[in-house]
Amino acid sequence: MIDEQNLVNQIEPDRFELFEKPLYNFSFDRRDFLKGFSLGIVFVVPVTRALAQQQGEAGRGGFNQSLPNDVGAWIHLDEDGAITVFTGKVEVGQNTRTTLTQSVADELHVPISSVQLVMGDTDVVPFDMGTFGSRSTPTMAPQLRKAAAAAREMLIAMAAEQMKVAPSDLKIIDARFVNHDKSKTLTLAEVAKGRKLVKVIPADIPITQPKDWTTAGTSVPKVDAKAFVNGAHQYTTDIQREGMLYGKVVRPSAFNATLVSADAKAAEAMTGVRVVTEGNFIGVTASDQQVATRAANAIVANWKAAPQPSNAELFDLLRKPANERRGGGEGGGGGSRPQGSIADGLAAADKKLEQSYSVAYIAHAPLEPRAAVAEWIGDKLTVWTGTQRPFGVRGELADAFHIPPERVRVMVPDTGSAYGGKHTGECAIEAARLAKAAGKPVKLVWTREEEFTWAYFRPAGVIDVKSGVKNDGTITAWEFHNYNSGPAGIQIKYDIPNNDIRYHESNSPLRQGSYRGLAATANHFARESHIDELAHAVNVDALEFRLKNTKDERLRGVLTAVANKFGWGKSKPAANHGFGIACGFEKGAYVATCVEIALESPTSKEDSRNKRVRIVRVVEAFDCGAVVNPMQLKNQIEGAIVQAIGGALFESIDFKDGKVLNPKFSSYRVPRFNDLPLIEAVLVDRRDIPSAGAGETPIVGLAPAVANAIFNVAGIRLRALPLAPKGLSL
Amino acid sequence: MAKVTDLNVNGKKMSVDVDATASLLSVLRNDLHLTGNKYGCGEGQCGACTVLLDGQPVRSCITQVARAAGKQVTTIEGLERDGQLHPLQDAFIKADAMQCAYCTSGMIMSAAGLLKKTAKPTRDEIIEGMNGNICRCGAYQRIIEAIQIASGQPTTKEAA
Repeated sequence: MIDEQNLVNQIEPDRFELFEKPLYNFSFDRRDFLKGFSLGIVFVVPVTRALAQQQGEAGRGGFNQSLPNDVGAWIHLDEDGAITVFTGKVEVGQNTRTTLTQSVADELHVPISSVQLVMGDTDVVPFDMGTFGSRSTPTMAPQLRKAAAAAREMLIAMAAEQMKVAPSDLKIIDARFVNHDKSKTLTLAEVAKGRKLVKVIPADIPITQPKDWTTAGTSVPKVDAKAFVNGAHQYTTDIQREGMLYGKVVRPSAFNATLVSADAKAAEAMTGVRVVTEGNFIGVTASDQQVATRAANAIVANWKAAPQPSNAELFDLLRKPANERRGGGEGGGGGSRPQGSIADGLAAADKKLEQSYSVAYIAHAPLEPRAAVAEWIGDKLTVWTGTQRPFGVRGELADAFHIPPERVRVMVPDTGSAYGGKHTGECAIEAARLAKAAGKPVKLVWTREEEFTWAYFRPAGVIDVKSGVKNDGTITAWEFHNYNSGPAGIQIKYDIPNNDIRYHESNSPLRQGSYRGLAATANHFARESHIDELAHAVNVDALEFRLKNTKDERLRGVLTAVANKFGWGKSKPAANHGFGIACGFEKGAYVATCVEIALESPTSKEDSRNKRVRIVRVVEAFDCGAVVNPMQLKNQIEGAIVQAIGGALFESIDFKDGKVLNPKFSSYRVPRFNDLPLIEAVLVDRRDIPSAGAGETPIVGLAPAVANAIFNVAGIRLRALPLAPKGLSL
Repeated sequence: MAKVTDLNVNGKKMSVDVDATASLLSVLRNDLHLTGNKYGCGEGQCGACTVLLDGQPVRSCITQVARAAGKQVTTIEGLERDGQLHPLQDAFIKADAMQCAYCTSGMIMSAAGLLKKTAKPTRDEIIEGMNGNICRCGAYQRIIEAIQIASGQPTTKEAA
């Protein structure tokens, strides 16, 4: 079922989602594998069905079979009845630790509290490409469910033998084996006691369908929540090691600068300071963070950098494409060919429209900046770091230090957010380089300025749209060119017979990469703004216009759900208030968003000539198939809407000559409490449809809905994100 | 350079040996290993580092440790009483008022400061009082609910 290569093809690759194959196959020496576990039973899930058939199901003895080379997951039941699940996914705030735990508990019929997840530790978890693309729920959850379902059946068989009853007479209820009249019971621990088994389970075992879920589908609170509210949880930035030093890197004067010379005498004279210089890398270590910073500041480095573009010339630059690709991306429905003829479609139209839209570079600004603690013991490197790609970072480290990946262990503590911004291992490599020189563990925490400058950005982009519409509201032509921002969410769910949709790669002046929802935000902003313009051109209500042009049942479902909850068409906005609507589809999930905005007097800090755009209310309907955890899903939707407010209204990276000009929270505005609208999330729970991931797609509807609401109240069509960084000049 | 040698943190006397100009945050985290409060920006803009100084919320990243000398410092680690979570901590769990939770300690400390000043803040007062704290995951609506729960008030949703 889980075909990794197929998965790679389905996800939009961009230059920072460099998917590497595992550099080596896990060679499962049985003794090595078992060393990691105490007594008990390990259930191993092969990756592919073919492989599973090739290996065959485990014999009861467990020691006689060979183990598969590619393992997708494993679950360990220890002698005390505790269940530990091992997965390469990581927790970055999307609460996948909670929802995956629910899936396993659901399948095993045990309480949530008896299941622990070990995540993102490359020495003990199976290979995983990374936690991105909203794949954990649609792919990892079923994989773990299979493991758990098989474990349940095997355990029942073992318990039946011990209890001298037929397996069909046993069920697991609340972590106990119970026979039909409850006259005989046995605990999980009693079955695991004294065993040391490895069971390979069949990959095609049926899993519980959403209609029969018990633990899944309910609002389980964040697991380990207590450790997050009392400060006990250790993020990477909190890790201490014996003898640990603090690191600091001297940054280049500009992007792409090369080091000409460096004078580090003053730094080297400081007590306990070591300076490490190699190529373009200059860093220091010290026993104290302050001293490390002082030492780095004392180094006089001369850098050479060529002149570089600024955001003033950005969009002209992006229009010079480096490459062309048909719109694709998993969410967009795969690559597509042009359909019909744009010329014919325009000829059939009563009204034609041609407009351009743009989006700025924005930063993820995860509140926990990039951080790493690196430690060499002999020739083995261990790095704790917050990344979405533990195995990817392991590969980066192995490459950087010319060592085999087996000698690198990457561990990812539950991390202070990522939003697509932590795919890479820069900080891990820097910390490891410093630790290697120092011969001691080194902690390196990027400053906020470093995170804003030396991470990567959500791609900027320009989108040109040409279209035609009949007076009755039928769209006849749709030509769509996206320059640079990406193909995610580029495909239409509108039934337009003549369409030509393309994505053009450009040479981005800034380092760019994944961001929550990828280009789906840009493509939805352009498409749903343009749709609104078409509706206005033929004087059709914005909701009615959308419904008229799509037969997609799920898209119509979320549109209808959001309109009902919002009261679309039921009342006119108050004076200086506007309504807007938008909808879309990405990564298997459907979204529709209604907003109410108000134009208000600016605050004392804002331009007094402009009106302040305040988002008063947001209603968003979301259909991601069967809902695993309604409360966590609502939390994700609310969070995505809040994050979207930044990119929609005011976030933008200002850059010039290889420097970011606003690399601080005091100059780069992010959404705060006083930007918060009343948010209502409407869940369209489709128990008949497998769950899609939900961390990303709820972000795409807000920006176009706000742009449409601004037009609704002010008659001004804004076509660039951010829409109103300095307010709205009327 | 002047030194600070004694601090009163979470009701306990603690010995340190740090420059008076060091940030309170770095001393708490690196010298006393109280890592619950976080670095987020280093310029007092995000609130992740918030601790109480004699009951008043301060940004420990821009507070020199000398300012804390002779005062009662309260960090997130000092809120629990006899193993019982503080009502704000309970309410944050109840309202699911976190995602990655990196901002949570600072949020709770700011909220504790707010509730000391205003026992039952209105929604607008919560927004104003908490506006210096950033949650990049955007859990603001739930954080407001948590503060409403902890202060014994109906949540915005319940009141509607």
